[in-house]
Amino acid sequence: MDASVWIFSTLDSSIRLAVPLIFAAMGGIFSERSGIVDIGLEGKMLFAAFVAAATSYATGSAWLGMCAGIMGSVALSMVHGYASINMRGDQVISGLAVNFFAAGMTVTLGHAWFSRGGQTPGLIGDQRFLPIELPGAEWLGDTIPFFGPLYREVISGHNILVYLSFAIVGVTWWVLFKTRFGLRLRAVGEEPNAVDTAGISVAWMRYRAIAFTGVFCGLAGAYYSTAQNAAFGKNMTAGQGYIALAAVIFGKWRPKTALFACLLFGFLSALETRMQGVAIPGIGVLPTQVFSALPYVLTVVLLAGFIGKAVAPKAVGQPYIKER
Amino acid sequence: MSAFQESPAWVRVGLVPILQLTLALAVSSLVVLMVGESPIEALKLMVYGATNLEYGGLASTLYYATNFIFTGLAVAVAFHAGLFNIGGEGQAYVAGLGVAIVALTFDSTLNVWLMAPMIIVISALFGAVWGVIPGYLQAKRGSHIVVTTIMFNFIAAAVMGYALVEIIAPMGGNSTDSRYFAATSVFPKLNEIWPDIPSSLLNPTLLIALITAWLVWVLIWRTRLGYAIRVVGQNPKAAEYAGINVARIIIITMAISGALAGMMAINEVYGAQSRLILNFTNGFGFIGIAVALMGRNHPVGVILASILFGALYQGGTELQFDMPSLNPELIMVIQGAVIFFTGALDRLVRDPVEKMFMRKSTEEA
Repeated sequence: MDASVWIFSTLDSSIRLAVPLIFAAMGGIFSERSGIVDIGLEGKMLFAAFVAAATSYATGSAWLGMCAGIMGSVALSMVHGYASINMRGDQVISGLAVNFFAAGMTVTLGHAWFSRGGQTPGLIGDQRFLPIELPGAEWLGDTIPFFGPLYREVISGHNILVYLSFAIVGVTWWVLFKTRFGLRLRAVGEEPNAVDTAGISVAWMRYRAIAFTGVFCGLAGAYYSTAQNAAFGKNMTAGQGYIALAAVIFGKWRPKTALFACLLFGFLSALETRMQGVAIPGIGVLPTQVFSALPYVLTVVLLAGFIGKAVAPKAVGQPYIKER
Repeated sequence: MSAFQESPAWVRVGLVPILQLTLALAVSSLVVLMVGESPIEALKLMVYGATNLEYGGLASTLYYATNFIFTGLAVAVAFHAGLFNIGGEGQAYVAGLGVAIVALTFDSTLNVWLMAPMIIVISALFGAVWGVIPGYLQAKRGSHIVVTTIMFNFIAAAVMGYALVEIIAPMGGNSTDSRYFAATSVFPKLNEIWPDIPSSLLNPTLLIALITAWLVWVLIWRTRLGYAIRVVGQNPKAAEYAGINVARIIIITMAISGALAGMMAINEVYGAQSRLILNFTNGFGFIGIAVALMGRNHPVGVILASILFGALYQGGTELQFDMPSLNPELIMVIQGAVIFFTGALDRLVRDPVEKMFMRKSTEEA
C-alpha cells in the first residue's frame, strides 16, 4: 500500500512538472517545424508568467491573467519573428536576446510595481487556477482497486491548464499532420523554396507558426505563476524552457513523442526531490543532481546519434531569402 | 568583395556599433520611463557610479571588464570558426572547480608566484575539457554546438552542485562555498598593492586578460592555425578542399574557446573572491556573447566592449542606492537590447548606414 501511494504521488507530481514543458515543447515544435529555431522559449514563459501574475492580481481573474500572459509572450514571438524573418538575423542570437530581455524586464517591473524584490504579491481565490475534481473521483477511488485510486490521485484533481496541455498535444498533432496549413508549415521548414514557388508566402507561414509558439509559451507561463504557484518569483522558469527545447529534440519534432519526452523529464524532476537519501537496491543513494542532469545528458547523447538519430527540419535556423 | 564596394572601416566598426548601442539604450530608457524614473538621471548616475575614482567605481568597472574580456574572447574565437559557443557559463563554472581544488590543496605550501601559473593552466584546462566535448560531438557526431553547449551549461551546474558538496565541502567551508584560500597564495587586490586607491575587487588578473587578448589576436591573424580557423568559419567546404581537416579545427577551436571562458575563474575564484562560491559565474558567460557581438569578434573590440559592459554592470549596481525603484537587473534588459540590435537586428542599422556611405564613395570615384 505504501508503495502504491508513493507511485501515485510521484506520477501526480510528474504530470504537474511536465505540464509547462508540454506547452512549451508544442510551441517549440510549431516554430522549429516552420524553420525558426527558438531558444527563447524560456524567456517567453518567464515573461508570460510575470504578466499573467501581475494581471491576475490587478484584475482578480486568472483567465484575464492568462490572456495577458499569452499576449506578452506573442509580442516577444513577433519581435523574434521580425529579427529572424524580416531582418534575416541570427535566430539563436535573437532567442538569447529574448531570454535576457525577459529575465531583466520581469524583475525590473516587478520590483518597481510591487517592491517585493521582483516577486508579485500572492494570488488568492479566482486569481488562480484551482484543482478540479473530476466526476466520481472519490467514489471510484474507494470502490475499484488500483484504477480507482489511479483515477483519483493521478488523473483527477488538477487545474484546467493541466487538462488543456494534453488537449494541446492532440491539437498540435492534428494541425501539423491533418490540415493543409500543417502540410505547408512542415514544407516551409524543409523546403521553403518549393513553398515559395507554389505561391505561398514563406514569411506569413512562419509568422503564423511562431504566433502558435507564443500562445503556447504564454499558457506555460500562466501555468507557472497562476496555477502551479500562487505568485511570480524571480527566474521562476529556472531553465525549463531549455528542457522543453530538449524535449522537442528528444521527441524528434513530433508532438506525441515530445509529449513522452516531457513526461519523462517531468518524472525525472519529480524523482529529484523524492530520491533524496533514498537508497536504490544494488546501486545505493544516487546524488539528486543525477536526476536534474539526466534530461540534458540524454539529449546530448541522442544528438550525438548514440540512441537513434535526431533529424531536425532541414531549413531550421536558416533565414529565407527570396530569390526574385 | 572588391574594396570600393565596402563602406569605410570607421563606419563598419565605429559608427554602426555606436548607433546600435544608442538604439539599445533608447529601448532601455523606455523601460526606465515605464518604472517612472528619468532615464537621463539614471544614465548620469550609472556613468558616475562606473567612473568615479573616490569610491573605486572605475576599479570595479575594470574588475567586471576582466571577466567579460575572457568570456568575450571565448565567444569571439569560436565565432571565427563559425561556431556559436553558448557554453561559456558552464566552461567557466567547471574551471572554477579546478581552480578551487588546486588552490585548496596547495595554498598552505605555495606562494602566489608558484600558485598563479598553476591556476592559469588549470582554469584553462578545465574550461577546455568542458568546451572540447561539445566540439568533438559537433565535429565527429554531427550534433549542433548551440544545443550541446546549452545542455552542457546545465550539466555543469549539476556537476558543480554535486562537487561542492562532495569535494569542496570536505576541503573546508560549507556546502555552497569553499573556505578562503590562504592570503599568501592568492593575488593581492590592487588596493592592497597601492593602499592609496579605494578598495575594490580589481586584481592583477586584468593584466592576464589583456595579454590573453593580445595572444588571441596573434593566434587568429598571425598564425597558420588562426588562418585555418577563419577559413573554416568562412567556408567549411572550401576549407576541406584546401586540405584543412575541418573536424580537427572545430575541436581545437572549441578547446581554445573553452579554455578562454575557463580563465574567467582566475579573476573570479582566485583573484577577486579567493574562494569558490555557488553560481559565481553569475551570467558572465552569457555577457561574453554580447561583448563579442559588440566587439565584432576582434580582441580590441572585445576589450572596449568589456569595459562598456563592466561600466554597465558597476553603474547598474550603484544605481539601486540612489534610485531604489530601479533594480540592478535593469542591466539584463540593456544587455538583451544590445544583443538584439548588434546581433539579431544587425541589418536594421547596418544596411542603410553602410549603403549611405558606399554611395558617397562611388560618387567621389
